[in-house]
Formats: sequence, C-alpha cells, structure tokens
Amino acid sequence: MMTEEERAESRAGWGFVTPALVLIGIFFVIPVLAAFVLSFTDFDIYSIGDFGSTRFVGLKNYHDLFTTPLFWTSLKNTLYFVVLGGPLSVAVSLGAAILVNARMVRFKPFFRSAFFAPWVTTLVAVALVWRYIYHPQYGLINSALSHVGIGPIDWLGDPHWAMPAIVVLSIWKNFGYNMLVFLAGLQSIPAELYEAAALDGAGGWQRFRQITVPMLGPTFVFVGVVTMIASFQIFSEPYIMTQGGPLKSTTTLVLFMYEQGFRWWRLGYSAAIAVILFLLTLMGTAVQFRLQRRSDP
Amino acid sequence: MSNRARAWFGTTALATIALASGCSSREEGTTLRLWGFGREGEVAQQLVGEFERAHPGVHVKVQQIPWSAAHEKLLTAIVGHATPDLAGMGNTWIPEMVTLGALSPLDVHVADSSYFPGILATNKVNDTLFGLPWYADTRVLFYRKDILARAGYTAMPETWAAWREAMVAVRRLMGTGKYAIFLPTNEWPPIAILGLQAGSPLITPAGFGAFDQPAYTRAFNFILSMYRDSLAPSVNNTEIANLYQEFARGTFAMYITGPWNLGEFRRRLPPQLQDEWDTAPLPGPDGAASGVSLAGGSSLVVFRASHHQALALQLAEFLSEPKQQARFYHLTGDLPARREAWSDSSLAADHQAAAFRTELERAVPTPMVPEWEEVTTKMMDYTEAAARGRVTVPAALASLDADVNRLLERRRYLLARARGPAR
Repeated sequence: MMTEEERAESRAGWGFVTPALVLIGIFFVIPVLAAFVLSFTDFDIYSIGDFGSTRFVGLKNYHDLFTTPLFWTSLKNTLYFVVLGGPLSVAVSLGAAILVNARMVRFKPFFRSAFFAPWVTTLVAVALVWRYIYHPQYGLINSALSHVGIGPIDWLGDPHWAMPAIVVLSIWKNFGYNMLVFLAGLQSIPAELYEAAALDGAGGWQRFRQITVPMLGPTFVFVGVVTMIASFQIFSEPYIMTQGGPLKSTTTLVLFMYEQGFRWWRLGYSAAIAVILFLLTLMGTAVQFRLQRRSDP
Repeated sequence: MSNRARAWFGTTALATIALASGCSSREEGTTLRLWGFGREGEVAQQLVGEFERAHPGVHVKVQQIPWSAAHEKLLTAIVGHATPDLAGMGNTWIPEMVTLGALSPLDVHVADSSYFPGILATNKVNDTLFGLPWYADTRVLFYRKDILARAGYTAMPETWAAWREAMVAVRRLMGTGKYAIFLPTNEWPPIAILGLQAGSPLITPAGFGAFDQPAYTRAFNFILSMYRDSLAPSVNNTEIANLYQEFARGTFAMYITGPWNLGEFRRRLPPQLQDEWDTAPLPGPDGAASGVSLAGGSSLVVFRASHHQALALQLAEFLSEPKQQARFYHLTGDLPARREAWSDSSLAADHQAAAFRTELERAVPTPMVPEWEEVTTKMMDYTEAAARGRVTVPAALASLDADVNRLLERRRYLLARARGPAR
C-alpha cells in the first residue's frame, strides 16, 4: 500500500512527465502506428483525391517489395554503408578524441572546434565542396593520386567507387559529434589510474587496452547504437551527391522510400519500407546490446 | 517520419500565409495569386502589369517556384487547401491534378484552329477543358549541316530507313570515337517519340502497357540498333561533360532535343559553327507525316479552391493571348502555343525555329495518366539494360509491360469502379 505522501509524490511525478508523454504520443507514437496501418493499404496519389478509394491490401505491399529487385539493391547498399561506415566512423571519432585529449597537444580548443565544425555545417554546402574534391579531372583527390601514379578515378560516376566515396564524406561530416561524446568519456577516467599503471610499468598501448577501452565501455555502447541507427537512415548524402546513381549503386533504403513516397506518392508502399527499416534497426540495436552485455564482466 | 512532419509544417505555414494574404486582400481590393515555375515565374511578373492596369483594384501576386520543388509543392498545397488562384504548370501534370479534383473546368470557348491540336489535347480530360496552353514544347532534330553534307546529305532524310543510312554514312565518315547521334540513356523523350511514331499508344485506354506489341517492338529494335551499331554512344547525359563542346567537336552530329537549346546552341557554340548547324523535323517510320513528336509545354490552370474563379480565368485568357505569347517568347525563348503568335516577325523569319513550327502541327500527347512520369523511368531502365546487352529484347519488353501493368493496377481498379454500379 502506498502512503498518502507516496501517492502525492507519484501524482507530482506524473504531472511532470505528462507534457513529454503527450508530445511523444502526438509526434511519435501516433505517426508510427499510422505508418504501420498505412503499410497495409494502397494509399497513393488517387487516395489524396478520393480517400474512399483506398483499399486494405493485406501483405501485398510487403510481397511487392520482396519481389522488387531495387528493394534488394537498396538493402544491400544500406548494409554496405552500415558495415563499412559504422565501425570506421567510430574508430575515427575515437582517434580524434584521443588526439585532442592528449596532454602534449597544444591549441586543444582550436582542434576541438575544427573537428566539430563539419557536423554543424549544412550538408548542401559540404556537398558542393566535396563534389569538387571528387571531381575526376580537377579534383583534389585525383590530383594527389596522380603524383603516386594512380590513374584518375571517377569517384561519383563509377558504380564501384560511388558508395565508398559517400562513406568517406559521411564519416568526415559526422565524426565530430561522436568525438565529443568520447571526449567526455575520456575526461571522466581518473588520471590516478594511468599514473598507477605507469608506475607498474605499463606502456602506452597497454594503458589504452587495459584502462581506456574498458572505462569507455558505456560510451562505446551509446556511440555504437547511435551511429548504427544513423547509418541505417543514410539519405541526405546520396540524395544530394548522386541521386542514388550510378546504376542505383548508392540508392539506400531511405532514398528508395523517399522516392516511392514523395516522388511517386505511393505512401502505403513506402510505409511498408519504413516498417522493414524499423525492424532492421531494432534487430541491429538488440544485437549490439547483447554483444555488449556478454563482454561486460 | 521527419519528412512527413516537415510536410505538415510546410502545409500549415502555407495555410497561414494563405489566410494572412486572404485577409489583407479584402481591405485593398482583390489579390490574385499566380504560381509560375522556373524562369517563367520570374518573367510572368513583367506580363501581369498590363492586366492590372486594365482591371483597377486587382493586384496579381506572382510567386516564383523552382521546377525541382514544383510537384511536391503543388501536392502539399492541394492537401493543405493552400492552392493559389491560378498557375502556369507543365501540361503533363493536368491529368493528375484533375484526378485530385484540384482544377476548375474552364468555361471558355477556344477556337480549335488557333491552337496546335496536339497541344490543346493535353489540356482536355474526357473532352473537358482544364487548361489554356501558355507555351509549347516539342522535340526536333538538331544536327550539323556541314558533317551531313560531307557524308553526302544536303537535307535531313524524312524516313527512318533513310535516316539510318545517313547515320551510318556519318559514322563511317567520322571514324572511331565519334558517333552519328547522341541518344542519352537517361532521356526518355526520344524513346517515347519513336514509340509513338511507330503507332504505339504506349499505354492502352484500359490501363495496360502496350510495349510487348509489334508497334513498340519495331521502335525498340530501331533504337537498340543505333546503340548496337555504335551510331549512338550508350552513355547518359551526365557522362558527357559539355554537350555543346562535344557537338562542336563533332563527337556526334545529331541530337533530339527541345526549344531551350535554340538559345543555348546560339550562345554556346563557337561563332564559326553558327552557320553549320540546323534543326529538322523528326523523320518518321513511313515518311514525314509519321514523324510525330511530343506535345509538351505549360498551361494556365485555375484551381477549384480559388474564390476568384471568373477573374482568374480572365487572367489566364489574357496571358494566353497571341500578343502576350509573342511577348513571352521574346522574354524567355519559350515557343508560343498559338498559331497566330508565330506570325510575329522574328519567329517567322527564324529558320532554325521553323522545324519546331512543323513539328508542333504534328505533335501528339503522351499517355495522359498520373503515372506517366514513373512509366518513363521504367522505359529508360529497360532500354539501357537492353542496350548494354543485359537482357534480350523480348525479355526486356515483357518485363517492361509487367512493371508498367503493376504500376497501373490501381488505375484499372478505379476505372472499373467508375464504370461499375455506384456504391
């Protein structure tokens, strides 16, 4: 039984969370449920004109999706991006965090801001610059490669190179945020641990393996999950840089969903893609948590 | 999710603006809101002054919207009840907007003889007029006179067979690395045009693809033969760094394209080449008359939600007058959709525009279904796949039909429902 005091406390607690719950309900739960229901209908451009013409089609959207080659292509491209871009992005941010946290580095605030700058720059401006960097004839990268005797690569025009090019751009654009998270994690590790380890004769690598990595455990989980979710949702970079080409090699799931939903207005069909993306992300997150729990002592 | 949220915010914002402007208009007379897309939107502002002077108390507010955002913006406006009074929009969108119930039927008498028949037809849905042609767009053949002359041709042939012979001759003359024609794999108009020329409806009235049939097969084989025999490079138009430079170099001697390139060719080709290029009506499978082309362009439409129906229609009629269309041509280079405007001195004397005049008389509409744009992407995909030898012709056409039939399933259901007993 709750005492009168506890009950009052619980009422106050509900009072505090209600506004947040209402907002989450209106802007998250209801749309998600609506999208789920939508994915079983053939809601499209005709439905906007005459809502009554919408039909419940059961699993037809899902069946159509699984028999559409472009769906599998976009799924493959997305997984390619997640598997290649995710770990690389985490590694780059950790490296950058360690660098700007190191004692002997000077002008730390400058480097911190410089590394964080891409994250707060609009992608359209970034894309403009990177398109020059990737330019097959006049680009920075190809001109550098030519000095070591590597022929020009059509970064954004060659189906094999377009996705790696998008991965590199995306890592450069986004590592700043994760770097800050890692930095916070690094700064919360007590300096005494390193001092004690140094006294016991541990080298730099040993200190990193035995102190830094374990102490950053929770940070790794957070960064890993957030990066993976963001990678599954990769959209803007290919949308602006390549429009999904060449030969659909950079068409990701969200780009495919966007085209179906907002270019062709096949909203029922694209809601089905959204549901599948949701399930994939959920599975990925569950796997990460499971792995993390197993590695915890 | 965030895209949908953004669309909602956009709609709300638009509705607020509409409300605000609606309120102020009541105080200062009537405000007509006109949406124009792309460059035409900028220029429309210069045309409405005369209309405002003729109608005291009427203010025309022109909003210019980039083409890339046009379609999305129109649909959001319709859903959010924030459409303007009238707009000048691509005539291929009319069927879709009529399906959505967004347009008012126009109660005006148009003299059929005044407009090019194909262009006027794109403005009618089930014999009801929903738009007034503003400017016309079609495709013709741009070609290098000098190269063709060296290959032994003083004029562009009029039949497919003779056209092909000319292309083979040009190819032989120019040698490796050069081609007779530029037929980018990511441009659908030439593909659709050749299909229409062969007599294919592309999509049947009942809502099925008509690709795996003799007429379209004939056109498809003709197109593929150009890639197979290296008369055309199988590349898309982003792989050609500078179209005008390559045309000047003689990388290809022909290109099927539209009116905007009249100005571009004059601006961008070197001066010494200016007398060496010309335009010609498209050859047809069975001679000149079968050399049809697309009836494209832009139309003035009045939205059903407008509170100023009569006035909006008056503005649409004003802008479509021959005199205004001729003025519009001088400002933008867009070709007039009315025959009278073509007697304008500078157009009548322009021999490079003459091919467009001929082709506009023959122009026919593309299938008038909302799914048309998506169908064109499928047509390009399968043409490219077949051109690169990834699929055989029968397989490509069968798959194309299957894909298109799937896209049109919903349309067939609605057609059947409309025919069946009322619910």
